[in-house]
Amino acid sequence: MSEPNHARRFGAIWVVASLIATPLVIVLLGPILPPGKSSEQAAGQVTDNTVLLGMATPVLLLVVLYLIYAVINFRQPKGAVLEGPAIRGDARLQTTWIVITSVMVLTLAVYGSVRLFADNGAGSGSGPKPLTTPSGPKLPVQVIAQQWAFTYRYPTYGGVEVPHLVLPDNRMIELHVTSLDVIHSFWARQLGVKADANPQVDNVAFVKPTRVQTFEVRCAELCGIWHGEMFDTGRVVAPAAFNTWIRQAQVAYAPATKELPPYSKTYQPNPARRGG
Amino acid sequence: MSTTAAALPTPQPIGRPFWRRLIGFNLLTAVLLGVGGYYLGWFIGHQITGDSFEYQKKIDENDVALLLAYVFGVVGFLIGLGFANYPLSRLLGRPASLREKEDQGIGRYFGLCTDHKVVGLQYLVGIGVFFFIGGLNAMLIRTELLHTTPTVVGPNQYLSLVGMHGTMMMGMMTSGILGPFANYFVPILIGARRMAFPRIEALTFWLLMAAGFILTSTIFFGGFPTGWTGYEPLNDQAVMGMDSYILFFALVGISMALLGLNMLATIITMRAPGMTWSRLPIFVWSVLATAVLMVLAAPVLVATLLMAALDRTIDTSFFIPGGGGSAYLFENLFWFFGHPEVYVLALPGFGIVLELLPVFTRKPLWGYRLAVSGMLGVTLLSFFVWQHHLFVSGINADLRPFYMLSTEIISIPTGFIFLCFMGTLWKARTSFTVPMLFCLAWGFNFLIGGLSGVFLSDTPSDTTTHGTFFSMAHFHYTIMGGLIFTFFAAIYYWVPKMTGLRFNERLAKWHFWLMFIAFNSTFLPLFAVGMEGQPRRVSEYAPNLHTLNVWVSISAFVLGFSMLIFLANAVYSLILVRIPAVQNPWRSKSIEWQIPTPVPVNNFEQIPVFDADPYPYGTPLPVGAVRPASAGA
Amino acid sequence: MRELLGSGLSLFAKKLLAVIAAVAVVAGLIALYVADWATSFPKTVAATTAPVNSEATTLTLETVASAGKLSPTKPDWVTYSVRTKGRWVRSTDFSVPTNSLVHVTIYQFDSPTGLRNPFLSQSQGTVGPATLDGKPFNSIPAEEASHTFAVPELGVFVPLAGVPEEAKHPCEEGPCEPSLFDHRTITFSFRTFRKGRFRWQCFVPCAAGWYFGNGGPMQTLGYMDGFIDVV
Repeated sequence: MSEPNHARRFGAIWVVASLIATPLVIVLLGPILPPGKSSEQAAGQVTDNTVLLGMATPVLLLVVLYLIYAVINFRQPKGAVLEGPAIRGDARLQTTWIVITSVMVLTLAVYGSVRLFADNGAGSGSGPKPLTTPSGPKLPVQVIAQQWAFTYRYPTYGGVEVPHLVLPDNRMIELHVTSLDVIHSFWARQLGVKADANPQVDNVAFVKPTRVQTFEVRCAELCGIWHGEMFDTGRVVAPAAFNTWIRQAQVAYAPATKELPPYSKTYQPNPARRGG
Repeated sequence: MSTTAAALPTPQPIGRPFWRRLIGFNLLTAVLLGVGGYYLGWFIGHQITGDSFEYQKKIDENDVALLLAYVFGVVGFLIGLGFANYPLSRLLGRPASLREKEDQGIGRYFGLCTDHKVVGLQYLVGIGVFFFIGGLNAMLIRTELLHTTPTVVGPNQYLSLVGMHGTMMMGMMTSGILGPFANYFVPILIGARRMAFPRIEALTFWLLMAAGFILTSTIFFGGFPTGWTGYEPLNDQAVMGMDSYILFFALVGISMALLGLNMLATIITMRAPGMTWSRLPIFVWSVLATAVLMVLAAPVLVATLLMAALDRTIDTSFFIPGGGGSAYLFENLFWFFGHPEVYVLALPGFGIVLELLPVFTRKPLWGYRLAVSGMLGVTLLSFFVWQHHLFVSGINADLRPFYMLSTEIISIPTGFIFLCFMGTLWKARTSFTVPMLFCLAWGFNFLIGGLSGVFLSDTPSDTTTHGTFFSMAHFHYTIMGGLIFTFFAAIYYWVPKMTGLRFNERLAKWHFWLMFIAFNSTFLPLFAVGMEGQPRRVSEYAPNLHTLNVWVSISAFVLGFSMLIFLANAVYSLILVRIPAVQNPWRSKSIEWQIPTPVPVNNFEQIPVFDADPYPYGTPLPVGAVRPASAGA
Repeated sequence: MRELLGSGLSLFAKKLLAVIAAVAVVAGLIALYVADWATSFPKTVAATTAPVNSEATTLTLETVASAGKLSPTKPDWVTYSVRTKGRWVRSTDFSVPTNSLVHVTIYQFDSPTGLRNPFLSQSQGTVGPATLDGKPFNSIPAEEASHTFAVPELGVFVPLAGVPEEAKHPCEEGPCEPSLFDHRTITFSFRTFRKGRFRWQCFVPCAAGWYFGNGGPMQTLGYMDGFIDVV
């Protein structure tokens, strides 16, 4: 029995499989990838996920198909005890492999960095002074995390604080995430926003919602007994509806607003300790 | 060359009454002194904090007392085992025994023993017990996640279970391969008679056992709510059970650092003649790389936990915002340890896979130097990636491109390992034994783990996946799929050498297939669960994720059942039936299979001389010629 | 097939087997203990049917600064307790019927601590205004809050004003009888609209001596946290 040219055969299988699977994955899976396209940042993440998935598919196929190929073809014949060929390496293949993986990795890192800054942090918490900020007017909203609820404060509307997040559609929002006690993480999944809420830290994230809808808010950093219960539902509403809503909220929460401290990037709670 | 230990038909001390054998430095004394030390520490703690902290005296919440109790208990335990004898004898100028319990019968497994083979077996069983406790926690977690709201397990207990599972696995299984298999086989593989520091070797094991009990005892003190990361300030806020976590991880850190140091010293200084660096088996290289990580990373953990303990007991403010400290500091320090720790778990797995592959493919390891540089590259790079755990935390946000780059670069050396793995399979004569199946499964699992890691390393993608079940699925693919699968590969491969008995192959194959399928069925859906909105460590989640969670829970129970098959196999094969294994069942050409079973106390009558590379496979010899050269008789 | 437990076994194997069996028994006991610990919840207390309106139920709660006899293991923890069958019981798991009005009466015996987030000093989500000592109120000064009763998922946040420090008959430890000690009485009603299990909690950092006042009793089910089971 003549040994087939395994290298050529497997190479052909892999190339064909990748050529078929990669476009399919990008075209079919890409559009439905999380977190969806409810905001500019979320849409950017979908693009990123699609690119990464497109790059990962041939790699996945290479190893998986190779494993299958090897298991089928390179077996010890039943009952026999044969030695394999004593191949100890292949300088050209090794060099090619190193070059290709390095190029892929560097491409990914550069791409990721570009996307990160182009999307103004891509919805992630970018610290008190983000390197890039979107131009144009922004609506600042403060997210105040405490054990175990999020509340939201609108400094440009008299510092009114509300229990559920409401955002105007199609406007750049500047989220200031902070905490009154332990570390939490503000995660608005459909909007593609996640920013840790640290005590004494003003963590800024930018998001521009692009459709009217409700979205889910969850805490994504373990914060104690009610971590799992720390969720609520936010809304993105049309700009006119937002103006109506915020005026009503200012009236409805007037008694609480009068008790609030002046708006500040962080609040200095007194860390009462054990000795007390 | 010593002649005393070569002859050893292990004479049992006959005629000594049973009760007399209980007196002395052994496990019983150790437990008694440990309990005594515990109560002494508890008492002292209440005395010294009684005046200044009126609040603590009145009630049962006294962190000082509990921490002191644990420390005194551990010290008592170690003294009881006899760890103080040698240093005390030397201090007093008396002659001290260099060897402990090396020629006793079964008793040597229950105390301080300086034989690296005994320590290896102790590790295997000891770690195994805690591995199963950790697994049991996972089963309880998945039982709760059958429901969308806290129903079976209370919310406090749920967080404690999550924390215990994570901490147990991350702490105990760090030594999962280095403990049993490196301790047992590294000296043999490099042609040494013992480890460089046999007493320290035993110490690492007993420290780990004490640590395991301390972590388990957390349920008596209210558990701890922080998960394995122990983030501040939640850490400072937690009840006394948190102290169990702190002391557990500190002891594990000390044990890791000592284990690493011992391995480094052994591998660097005790190689037999001819065992040059380029002839070192790849498993030993992986142990060396892991040891470097352990020695450099673990002390950071110990220091961090000391600060956390001070914050909790005497109100220092290392990590307390508003008191002059910073919660970020803890995150930074923890992950500075935590990320190398992840590779401490992964690297030995690489070593096992590449070590076993040549045996079952009947080929030399493909790209030996590439594999070595891959391991060393991972070791070096793993110290420069830790802030990718903090991409959305707001810390050093402008440095994120750097951490993105360093994280993605680490996949280059990991790619080396994959290339060597695939190259060795090329045109091989593979026999699909159970260890080989586990190695092949590693290839698939670690691939999924690695590729999902790419999404986590890309900051825009990470914004959604961070802190969710996606990342949880990712690291289970790398750690469980990478470490635990190779752990079982090593068990099926080497336990016949360690015990001289063989496993039932049918049960072993059942174990493998059930474990492999259930593992993927458990963790693959979790990628979707995470992306669709389930954060980690929650016992309440959105109702639309209920079906997937039920699927995952049932798969997890099957995964747990596959572990029971392994246990049954171990009891059946190693205790009940006890069919002796053949001398070299895998026809390995590695040195450990050429020496007698059971391995003599001194391993070799004569120190071997190495004159060839470790993988002399692939020469087309006729069947009969591959028999072990100098075995038996 | 070899006879497993017969004479085919060596003495060594028998010894090992005995050890394994002993270990298995101990492990089983430990597993039972852990399972029992893990699955323990406070006893569920059903709200009692209000006499006037069969669709409404009532819950009578009290908050005390120190649990005292209510909690033998943690006598100095601040705690809620519920009136059931004429006794104060330290349970925080209440079951109420769905689509019904729940009248809550809270006897508040603790002194003020002050809210961390003053926003919660406004009473929200109740049917009709909440009352404090018989008088309807909309909000209280944030620093006078001693506790809150809040069910965030149902939108209910009610601040509970503290007993002034200079009160003549403060209740030192629970259970406290409203007829004997100085207290504030808060009443309010809320509506349940769907079945489910909702956590409720206190938002005042009232756990004295714990970091940010939120440790210990604030994070242990059965003291300042609990569930409302809408069934």
